[in-house]
Amino acid sequence: MLKELSELNAVSSREEAVREYIRNRIKGKVDKFETDNLGNLLAVTGENKKGPKVMLSAHMDEVGLMVVGIDNSGLLKIKPMGGIDERVLLSKRVVIGPNKIPGVIGAKPIHLQEREEREKPVKIPSLFVDIGAKDKNDAEKDVNIGDLAAFDIKAGEFGDRMFKGKALDDRVGCAILLNLIENTYDFPVYYAFTVQEEVGLRGATVAAFRINPDLALGFEGTSAGDVPASKKHKQSTRIGKGPAISFMDRSVIVNQALVERLIEVARESGIAYQFRESITGGTEAGAINQSRAGITAGILSVPCRYIHSPVSVLNLDDYENTIKLADAFLKSIERKGLPV
Amino acid sequence: MKSTSLLTKLTEATGVSGREDGAASIILDFFTHGEGREWVSDLRRDKLGNIILYKKGLGETPAKIMFAAHMDEIGLIVTDIEEGFLRFSSIGGIDQRVLVGQEVIVHGKKDLLGIIGAKPPHIQTPDERGKSIKIQDMTIDLGLSQEKAESLVKIGDSITIKRKFCQLKNSLCSGKAMDDRAGVVALVECLKRLKDLRHQADVYCVVTVQEELGVRGAFVSSYGVNPDIGVAIDVTHGEMPGLPDYEAFKLGEGPVIVTGPQMHPKVFEKLKEAAKCGNVKYQIEAEVTPRGTDAYAIQVAQAGVASGLVSIPLRYMHTSVETLSLEDLRETGRLLAEFVMEINSEFVGGLKYC
Repeated sequence: MLKELSELNAVSSREEAVREYIRNRIKGKVDKFETDNLGNLLAVTGENKKGPKVMLSAHMDEVGLMVVGIDNSGLLKIKPMGGIDERVLLSKRVVIGPNKIPGVIGAKPIHLQEREEREKPVKIPSLFVDIGAKDKNDAEKDVNIGDLAAFDIKAGEFGDRMFKGKALDDRVGCAILLNLIENTYDFPVYYAFTVQEEVGLRGATVAAFRINPDLALGFEGTSAGDVPASKKHKQSTRIGKGPAISFMDRSVIVNQALVERLIEVARESGIAYQFRESITGGTEAGAINQSRAGITAGILSVPCRYIHSPVSVLNLDDYENTIKLADAFLKSIERKGLPV
Repeated sequence: MKSTSLLTKLTEATGVSGREDGAASIILDFFTHGEGREWVSDLRRDKLGNIILYKKGLGETPAKIMFAAHMDEIGLIVTDIEEGFLRFSSIGGIDQRVLVGQEVIVHGKKDLLGIIGAKPPHIQTPDERGKSIKIQDMTIDLGLSQEKAESLVKIGDSITIKRKFCQLKNSLCSGKAMDDRAGVVALVECLKRLKDLRHQADVYCVVTVQEELGVRGAFVSSYGVNPDIGVAIDVTHGEMPGLPDYEAFKLGEGPVIVTGPQMHPKVFEKLKEAAKCGNVKYQIEAEVTPRGTDAYAIQVAQAGVASGLVSIPLRYMHTSVETLSLEDLRETGRLLAEFVMEINSEFVGGLKYC
C-alpha cells in the first residue's frame, strides 16, 4: 500500500489520483465519506456513537514543480510547489500533468563549465524540463502552462527494513490512516485526507472547521537528519528509533496533557518513541489548533530522511509502530477519555 | 532486436570504467547467441576487455577499417564506510551538483541499492545553502548498520548511477551512459547493414573500455588491430540553454563529422562524401583536440593511423539524463556503412602525405 501510494502523483492542488485511490480503499468500511470544495476527503466511523469526536489527519499532497512557461525551443520553465531545495533537481526525471508526459531536468555538461560554476547551485530560473519537444508549439501539444510535475521514481524496500520512494511526506500518514480506519473505537473517529498542506496547510484549515472535533491528531513524515554530515543535536529525529512525538513546532505548541498521554501509552505498550527535537517547520496541527474557538491538536510522525527530494527513506518498523501507538492512544481514550 | 531495445538494455546495464562486464556481456551475448552472430566473421576480447567484432571484406588485399565506440561509463567508487553510510569519489568527470537525491547501485558482495544524501537543507547555514554540496560531504545511504555494511561492501567497490531508459517526444530518448553506449549501438547498426552489402574492406568494430579514464582501451585495441583507417564514434554536445552554437549541435539533424589536427583530412573528406552519397544529413564540428575520444588514441597507434571522428549530438553529457535522438543514432550507423563501401586499397594508398 505504501508503494502504491508513493508512486501516485499528487502535487499540491492536483490530489485526485490519491483521493481516488483512498476513496476506493475506504468504500464500505466507513459510515460515510464526502469531499469538500478544496478537495479534502473526509470519512467517519462510529458517527452516531457517544463520546468525544476525534479527528485524525494526513495530507495527500506532495511537493513538486509547476510549469510556468515554455520557451521558444520547447523547454519548460518551472517553479517549485512547496519547499524544494533547488540543489536536488539537476539530472532528475519528472512526469508532467495528468497524461504523465516524461521529462528530464537537464544540466550543462561538466566539460563546458568553468570550475567556479560547479561550486554554485543552479538557481530555479535557470532550470528547465526537456520533454523532447521541437519548439514551443510542439511542447504546447502535450503540456499546458500551470501543469504540475512530480518526481518519477519507483518505491520499494531496501537495506534492513528500509523503504524508499517519493512523497513519503505524507503518503506514510495516509497509509497510517488507512490502517487505522479498519479498526472500530467506541467514539466517532473522523479521518481527514487533506489537500494543499505543502502550500500553507490549506486543506486542514477547512477540514477542522467542518469536523469541529474535540481532539485532533495529525500524522506526518518528518525530517530525519541522522546522516554522518549532521551533528546529533541537529538531527531532529532518527530513523529506526520509533514514532516521533512533537511538543512544539513553528505552527503549534502541543497541549502538554496530550504529549504526556502519548508518552504514557507508548510506555504501557512497550513501543519505543522519540521526540521531534526540532521546533521548526509547520504542521496541520497548527492549522487545526487555530480553528474555530481553538481545538486541541497534536502530531505524531514517522522519521523520513531526504524529505522533499526525489527519493526519501523511512524505516518500516517506525511506520508499523506509529500505527500501533496511534491505536493504543485511541484505545486509551476509550478507557480514560480525552487527555484534555 | 530493434536498436531502441538494445540501447535500453545497454544503457541500463552497469559498466563503470574498468568494470565493464555488465555492458560487455550484452554485446557478447548479442554477437554469439543473438541476431548478431550472423553479422560477424569473428569476435574476440583482449586483455583490457575491449571487444573486437570482425567482419571480413571481399578485397584481395583488403583495407583495414577500425571503428571504435566505448562501453564504459562514468560512476563512483567507495572510499570509506562510516556509520553504515558510504563515502565515495567519482570515476570520470561528474558534476557534483547532479548527485544529491540520486539512486545508485553499489557493487558489493551483491548489488545494493543506495541513495545519495547530504546534510538536510534546513540545518545548513545560509552560507552553506548558497553553495553546491561537495562530493566529500555526501554519503550513500544503504539502510544498513555499520556492521552489515562492512560485511557487504569494501573500499574500492564501484558504484553505478541508477537510471531507467525513457522515451521522450519526437524519437528523443534519455538515460544514463548514452555516452557512449549509443556509439556502440551505432556500430551494431553499421554491422547490421553490412551483412547485406558487398564491401571490399575488412571491418573491425571495437567496443572499447576505460575511455573515460584516458582512452586506455582504444590505445591498446588500435595497436592490436593496427588498422589503415580508424574512426571513433562518440557523442558531442547537443544544443541547450547556455551553450554557444559552435559548441552544441542540433538533435535530429544527423551525425556530426569532426575536423581537427587529430583527424586525417582525407578521412574527414571521405566521411562527408559517404554522407552525401548515402543521403545522410550531417553536421560539421571543428575540434582543437578531441582528447576525450578514442580518436585521440587511434591516431598514434603503432606507426600512425589515419583517424576520424563521428559524433552523435547529445544533451546533458555526463548526467543521468543524457538525451539524444534515435534518428541520429540510426543515421550514424548508416553513415559508417556508407563509409565502408567507399573505401578501397587505392584510397588507403593515398593516405600517406606526399
